[in-house]
Amino acid sequence: MEDTLTTRRKVLIGMTATVGAAGASMAAIPFIASWNPSAKAKAVGGPVRIDVSKMQIGQKIQVSWRKQPIFIIRHSKEAIENLSKVESKLDDPSSLKIEEPYRDLNPTRSTSGEYTVIAGVCTHLGCAPKFYPEIQPQPWDDSWIGGFFCPCHGSMFDIVGRVFKGVPAPTNLKVPPHYFDGSILTIGEER
Amino acid sequence: MTQQSSGIFNWINTRLPISNTYERHLSKHPVPKKVNFWYLFGALASVVLIIQIVSGIWLMFGYENTEEGAFASVEYIMRDIEYGWIIRYMHTTGASMFFAVVYLHMFRGLLYGSYHKPRELVWIFGMTIYLVMMAEGFLGYVLPYGQMSYWGAQVIISLFGAIPYIGESLELWVRGDYYISGATISRFFALHVVALPLILIALVFMHLVALHEVGAGNPDGVDIEKYLDEDGVPLDSVPFFPYKVLNALVAIGVFGIVFSFIMFFFPEGGGYMLELANFEEANPLSTPEHIAPVWYYSPYYAMLRAVPDKLGGLLVMAAAIAILFVVPWLDRSKAASIRYKGILSKIAMTMFIISWLMLAWLGTVPVTALRTTLSIIGTVIYFAFFLLMPIYTSIEKTKPVPERL
Repeated sequence: MEDTLTTRRKVLIGMTATVGAAGASMAAIPFIASWNPSAKAKAVGGPVRIDVSKMQIGQKIQVSWRKQPIFIIRHSKEAIENLSKVESKLDDPSSLKIEEPYRDLNPTRSTSGEYTVIAGVCTHLGCAPKFYPEIQPQPWDDSWIGGFFCPCHGSMFDIVGRVFKGVPAPTNLKVPPHYFDGSILTIGEER
Repeated sequence: MTQQSSGIFNWINTRLPISNTYERHLSKHPVPKKVNFWYLFGALASVVLIIQIVSGIWLMFGYENTEEGAFASVEYIMRDIEYGWIIRYMHTTGASMFFAVVYLHMFRGLLYGSYHKPRELVWIFGMTIYLVMMAEGFLGYVLPYGQMSYWGAQVIISLFGAIPYIGESLELWVRGDYYISGATISRFFALHVVALPLILIALVFMHLVALHEVGAGNPDGVDIEKYLDEDGVPLDSVPFFPYKVLNALVAIGVFGIVFSFIMFFFPEGGGYMLELANFEEANPLSTPEHIAPVWYYSPYYAMLRAVPDKLGGLLVMAAAIAILFVVPWLDRSKAASIRYKGILSKIAMTMFIISWLMLAWLGTVPVTALRTTLSIIGTVIYFAFFLLMPIYTSIEKTKPVPERL
């Protein structure tokens, strides 16, 4: 009799605790979900459009999408041909570590053959890398081939944002969702 | 009149244990009769906690937790509110001084083995306080929304991104936006002024309750509970009041002088306590040339930078804090205090101090190849001090610990 009562009590305690735990985790949902970006933040983070035909050859411009700097670079033919020559310095020259659909988008790392479209957010800890296109010795690299240098922790990327070997940044600079409609570039949306 | 007030006092006292608590924790609480200045920093930490709470409440009167208003409202506090600058500098100086006294307090613990049985829980509560303080300091630093607030937060929040699979969504969830925006500021504000202070006060309470249960340690590591008088009070103890209280008052006076001197003359601390880049409003499109943490995080930041791998850096930094929690079980020495430990412990302690100070400096300066090497060496020594502790504390010969204090 004692045993049945104890078992019965244990079962009841177990069931009550299970229902209580389930209820508590359900009750946690609104508290956790309220930390997600609000409808307002999502709306403000919508796509931006820009006409890139006015850019000079070799010019880099910066547009702001979701308050992130997006770097757009218009390359000369020689610059694009030279991209394959620097591959020995790079960790992931074909962007295979980048997530779909923007991996292996070579050589310019955009859907256009002339422009590069990359997020100016270092993949290490989020600083904005600075653009040093000149091929000349720099304090951080004696044989600098032109590209981006992150002032925070010294990560280096080439002119299309591919990461160097032996730097803290784990992957190439990301490519934001984008598409070209003639010379109109839309950032933040795919076709 | 006296009769009447004692009547009221008795009425309350039979319903609320005022006299009992006062005697147990203040007037008659036994403390070791011989301690040195290292034993004053706990009291100073509680003084700074009160300074932070009071000045923090006063800052809230003028602060605005929005993206557009945050930076301007801090300037408003500094320029337009009467004595607002003193309130703000009291709070920023208080943050640095809080870490200064807590680091000295923790170092005392390592030096004299304050974590030894039966004080393990006192140590763990203390370490948890330190952890919450680090979070509290970080959240507070973001609130003025200056350049260093923004980019410092960008770096720290990006650390979540190093966690495999869930990292990126976690980053977005913490920010509540695609960048560190008003949404981020207002949640950091709520955490900084309500949630974490509540936790902090609860932890301080637990730290003190646990301490009063087992009694304070002493620089000789002598167990004073062994020799008791007929009332069960340790023979080598003195009552907390007046001996400890008057002692602490002198320390608080000296501390107040140092505190005021910094607050009035060096509130920026040469850029180590309030970074100069933070006097510019946050600009999400432009990173300052050099990002450095405030001095009290810099040893761990140096460790983060020493590892050329994102996840690895995060793990090393987290491990550097986590390992402090288990020190009570790493130290196998029969002697608690460094005074009676062997030569190996003394060498290890010296190396540890040098490596910590070196890392603290390295965390504040820009990266060069040599400095990265030094950071790696410093990190290795830091971890060796803890990981080898079970070995060197058990093989070395300790001096006999005296029976009485």
